[in-house]
Amino acid sequence: MSVKILGKSKGFYDTYERRPGNNHEQTHYCPGCGHGILHKMIADAVVDFNVAENMILISPVGCSVFAYYYFNAGNIQAAHGRAPAVATGVKRALPESIVISYQGDGDLAAIGGNEILHAANRGEAMTVFFVNNAIYGMTGGQMAPTTLIGQKTTTTPYGRTLQNEGYPIKMAEIIASLEAPVYVERVMLADVRSKNAARKAVRKGIKNQIEKKGFSFIEVLSTCPTGWKMTAPQSEEWIKSTLVKNFPLGVYKDIADQVEPLNLDLNLATPERVPKLIGLEQDKMEFDTASMKLATDIDQEIKIAGFGGQGVLSLGVWLSEIGMRQDLEVSWIPSYGPEMRGGTANCHVKLSRAKIGSPLVTYPTVLVAMNRPSLEKFEDDVVEGGAIVWDSALIDVEPQRKDIKNIPVPATQIAKDIGNSRVSNVVLLGVLAGFSDFLDPLVVR
Amino acid sequence: MAKQFVKGNEAIVKGAILAGCRAYYGYPITPASEIAQAAALYMPLVGGTFLQAESEIAAINMVYGAAGTGIRAMTASSSPGFSLKQEGISYLAGAELPCVVVDITRGGPGLGNIAPEQGDYHQVVKGGGHGNYKNIVVAPNSAQEMCDLTMLAFELADKYRNPTVVLADGFIGQMMEPVDFPEPVTEFAEKTWAVRGVDRDRMNLVSSIELDPDDLERHNQKLQAKYEIIKNNDTRYEEYLLDDAEFVVVGYGIVSRLIYTAVNQLRDEGVKVGMLRPITLMPYPTKRIAELAVRDQVKAFSVIELSNGQMVDDVRLAVNGAKPVEFYGRMGGNVPSIKELVHEIKRMMRVL
Ligand SMILES: Cc1ncc(C[n+]2csc(CCOP(=O)(O)OP(=O)(O)O)c2C)c(N)n1
Ligand code: SF4
Repeated sequence: MSVKILGKSKGFYDTYERRPGNNHEQTHYCPGCGHGILHKMIADAVVDFNVAENMILISPVGCSVFAYYYFNAGNIQAAHGRAPAVATGVKRALPESIVISYQGDGDLAAIGGNEILHAANRGEAMTVFFVNNAIYGMTGGQMAPTTLIGQKTTTTPYGRTLQNEGYPIKMAEIIASLEAPVYVERVMLADVRSKNAARKAVRKGIKNQIEKKGFSFIEVLSTCPTGWKMTAPQSEEWIKSTLVKNFPLGVYKDIADQVEPLNLDLNLATPERVPKLIGLEQDKMEFDTASMKLATDIDQEIKIAGFGGQGVLSLGVWLSEIGMRQDLEVSWIPSYGPEMRGGTANCHVKLSRAKIGSPLVTYPTVLVAMNRPSLEKFEDDVVEGGAIVWDSALIDVEPQRKDIKNIPVPATQIAKDIGNSRVSNVVLLGVLAGFSDFLDPLVVR
Repeated sequence: MAKQFVKGNEAIVKGAILAGCRAYYGYPITPASEIAQAAALYMPLVGGTFLQAESEIAAINMVYGAAGTGIRAMTASSSPGFSLKQEGISYLAGAELPCVVVDITRGGPGLGNIAPEQGDYHQVVKGGGHGNYKNIVVAPNSAQEMCDLTMLAFELADKYRNPTVVLADGFIGQMMEPVDFPEPVTEFAEKTWAVRGVDRDRMNLVSSIELDPDDLERHNQKLQAKYEIIKNNDTRYEEYLLDDAEFVVVGYGIVSRLIYTAVNQLRDEGVKVGMLRPITLMPYPTKRIAELAVRDQVKAFSVIELSNGQMVDDVRLAVNGAKPVEFYGRMGGNVPSIKELVHEIKRMMRVL
């Protein structure tokens, strides 16, 4: 079963060499199938508008999966339902190209429902042709989301029912309800008149893209004689008598004349300019650490813990940056996830002369406790001879250990006195870094 | 260029942009969201595209489209999101499109948790999508490597026209370390196969469909031949104290950092132990492990993973029965302490 597309378009290849077998003259579509007719309308339009060489056709999964046999254009074949996402990636990379997403009703309205909705909602500057033949043609006549109530298909042998499968989905109406699309129309391929109207819609959808107007969506009620088990003339009749009653034709939205063309210009930086643009030309320090020094004759494994919001993590980062400035090996790792919210936060900092293996601190040489739960939770872990630096203005208990250096710092109070209660972490940094000799005598395992 | 103290996740994005990546498509998920956030911050500054997609499925298909036009494109996610990308990755592999996918793994199965796990080894290294394909997979273990191996991933992806995965875990993504950023890549090979909407590549087709069984078999054979070349040319691994080692500990990613510390402690105790760290997981350093396995002095291998034991299969295949292969794993996001690792490595040695 194959049919010649009457009066071949210049938008098609001269012969269909990609089509397997010996028949390179005719398409693979069944006689009376609407796909071939719509193909020709698209091909003619891009030729007429002189953009055939700029066209990139995204073919779907469905009977039109092989659209690339025919269109003399850049061709990209997409996974089932994903054509609008693929088209998005293409159009964003090549704003000057004419990107067409061509999809069936299973492809677009069932498996690809999410992709089409969001491409439309973003107003991607592409043109979508949606072939609604109320059935899955390629896989053997199963129900489509557009199948009519009562319609028999191979997976609705008793007819589609409201209760089991629900109503046929009306995509043109849905897409038109979104703000971004500039043009939404439903047409049909049933007789000469309706085909002329369809041709006009196809051209308008493509012209909109040439003029950078935004997202255009053309739903095409199309014949599937094979799936419908009808002759070609019967199929056209059925569209007119039945299908169109459920899917009214018309322009559902057209604001193309009212909108300004989109600015799609790419302004790609040359590689040479990249380091400057992304801030890689200079060392970036979150904190001015130039005057600070850590005494690290010995490796330090520091755990800093407190409430989220106290600046626990930043204190760790600053310490690490000081260490990095002093050519130490450094690592910083936070406790992350739910722990970060509301509850306690802690981070692990390692400062070492040698390469750092595990970045995790299980037994700290220095514990910086910024609240009571942290002191109580980690006190026992501190190594013998290590130090506990704690905010004595916030914590109303003392460390119990006698084998560690006990360094109370009323950090919150000092911060308040300076006039900003949120900088207690800076006070602690001063203690840790400014008065470096306190870290010096630490005995480490 | 600058040495900066940055998170592994941020190093990935800066590395990607230095490598010429100009399109990022992604969907947020902990612990990979910082990658999307950094891309959202930096991509516009270089005129690139950042788009938060409606799903991981859409994101990988946007990458498919972008890669089809010949530009360097990427996406990133964490385990559940990587599962959703599998369909798209299979299509990319079939159509031989280069791209970089980052997986910052978390605990599974299902929603699991957001703690670091290595339970994605099978789904990333062995496929996960349908068909006879393989990803190239690199496994960084530091913030520096998050940058360097991401850049390498783009090179390998282009060189072999193959999806390349940067497989890391929540720890390496969250960890901050100094990173020496390299100079930007300035030379890119011409992609004559790309579809660019210009007359000269109008005959180009990006597709993974081959109806004829013989054609599809030929295509698959070509892919297998390519994987063989990748194996011969681009297998990477790191060795630590293996010269006189009697025990070889194998681990990748964050685990290799723990093993490094544990090996040092065991060496201090006089135990002759060393580490082999695969840097590429596909291709796997099978040959090197096989060589070690037949060394007289090597008594056994032990494999450590944050999983139920996935990479250990590859070690066993490489060792091929020549020596015992023991396994120790933690799951759920638990990370063994060094004490625990040292204990386990000793226990595994005693089993022998
Ligand atoms: C993920 C996936 N699921 C299912 C299929 C099988 N499949 C191929 S075409 C198709 C339906 C196509 O129907 P439609 O989109 O209406 O296009 P038509 O063939 O009617 O033109 C299906 C379900 C597939 N290829 N991929
Ligand atoms: S099955 Fe239907 S949609 Fe598919 S080619 Fe035949 S008539 Fe056309």
